[in-house]
Amino acid sequence: MPQSLEYLKESPSQTAGPYVHIGCTPSFCGIDVYGEDLGKSMKTGPVTGQEITIRGTVFDGTGTPLRDALIEIWQADAAGLYASANETRGQADPNFTGWGRSPGHMETGEFVFETVKPGRVPMPDGRLQAPHISFWIVARGINIGLQTRAYFEDEADANAEDPILTRIEHQVRVPTLLAKKTGEGEYRFDVHLQGPNETIFFDV
Amino acid sequence: MPRDRKWQPDALTPWYKTSVKRSPQAALLSFPSTLSEETSPVFGHGMLGPLDSDLIQNFAQPGESAIGPRIVVHGRVLDETGRGVPGALVEVWQANAGGRYRHKKEGYIAPLDPNFGGCGRVITDETGAYEFRTIQPGPYPWPNGVNDWRPAHIHFSVFGHGFAQRLITQMYFEGDPLIPLCPIVNTLKSEEAIRALTAPLDMHRTSPMDARAYKFDIVLRGRRQSYFENRKEGL
Ligand SMILES: [Fe+2]
Repeated sequence: MPQSLEYLKESPSQTAGPYVHIGCTPSFCGIDVYGEDLGKSMKTGPVTGQEITIRGTVFDGTGTPLRDALIEIWQADAAGLYASANETRGQADPNFTGWGRSPGHMETGEFVFETVKPGRVPMPDGRLQAPHISFWIVARGINIGLQTRAYFEDEADANAEDPILTRIEHQVRVPTLLAKKTGEGEYRFDVHLQGPNETIFFDV
Repeated sequence: MPRDRKWQPDALTPWYKTSVKRSPQAALLSFPSTLSEETSPVFGHGMLGPLDSDLIQNFAQPGESAIGPRIVVHGRVLDETGRGVPGALVEVWQANAGGRYRHKKEGYIAPLDPNFGGCGRVITDETGAYEFRTIQPGPYPWPNGVNDWRPAHIHFSVFGHGFAQRLITQMYFEGDPLIPLCPIVNTLKSEEAIRALTAPLDMHRTSPMDARAYKFDIVLRGRRQSYFENRKEGL
C-alpha cells in the first residue's frame, strides 16, 4: 500500500431548509441583531460604469415561485476586476462590493439586485469571458447549493466568443443563461429548476 | 478542486419530498474554475458586534438570557488540503430549546423564547478557528412523512475565499437517536458523511459550571494555492 494522500473530504451539504433567512438575512425576518442584512447593498458610494437592476424569480418544476430561497450573486466591477483579496490584476472600484444577497420578496419571491454591469474577466488561459454574474441559490428542498451564471442578451458579440457559452452541447438551452433586457439599465433573469426551460446549472 | 458529486447529496431524494420538484434534471455543466469562482468578498472582523457570536445573549433583554442547555460550539474551517481558512464568515441559525424557530411561517406549537432570536455569526481567526455560544436546540416535527422529526441541529452557512466554496450544511449532536431516522440526514450517502456532520461532546472545552462544548470542523473545497497567498484584511 502506498502512503495516504490525506486530503480531507469537503463537508457534505445539507439543505438550507425553510428558515435560511433567519441566519442569513435576520433583519428581513424582523430579528434585529446585526443591523442591515449583509449583501443588501452592493454600492457603498458613487460607482464607475453602468448602473443596472436585475430582477428575477426562481420557479420550481410546477412553475410555482420559490418564496423561501436565498439568492447570492458575485461579479466583477465595470472594469472586470473583483473586489477580492485574491484579485491580483488591479484595484477594483472601492465603492462596489461585487457581492449581493437577496431573500426574495416576502409574497412573490422576486429578487432584486441594484448593481453595475460587469466588465469582462479572463479565463486562466487569457481568453476573455463575456460579462456575467455568478449566482448561488439555496432553499428548502435543494440539497446542495445551485450554481449558475447570468449573461446579458445585449452582449451578443461577447457571448458569441465566450469560451464557456460556446462549448455548451445543447445550444438551444443557452438562452436560459441570458438576462433579458426589459428597459434601460433593467434586466430580468428568471431561474427554472425544472421543466422545458430548465436553467443550465454549473458544476464548477 | 472539483466538487465530489459522488460524496455530496444528489439533488433528487424523493423521501425528502420537497426535493422532487426542486431538483434540476439535466446534467450539470462542468468546466474548470475561473477567477469568478476563485475570488470572494472580504469579511473583516470589524463588521461584527460584540454579541454576534453569543446566541444566549444577542437577542435577550438586559439581565436575561435564552432558556436551554448552554453550549459552546467550536472548531476550525479547513480546506481539503488541511489548511485552516482564516477570515471565513460562519453564519448559524437554529430553533430554540423547545424546537421552535422565530419565523412567521413556523407553525410548531412549542413556544417562542422571548430572549432567543436564533442567529449568530463569527469570522474565523488566522488559524481558521471559530467559536460561538448558544443553547442546545430541540428536535422538532416537520411536514414530510406523517411523523418525521428533525434531530437537534444547527444550520451553518460558510463563506471562504472563493465563491465556488460556498457551502450550507447542518451540524448534528453526537448520540441523538433521531439522526438515523431523519429523511434530510438520509440525503447523505454514507455513514462516513453522517459522521462528518455529527459533532462530538468535547469535555476539554467546556466552561465549568457554565456550558458544555461540542466540536465541529468544517471542510471547504480545496483552492489553487497561488491565488490565495497574502490575503489582506479589509471591509
Ligand atoms: Fe432546521
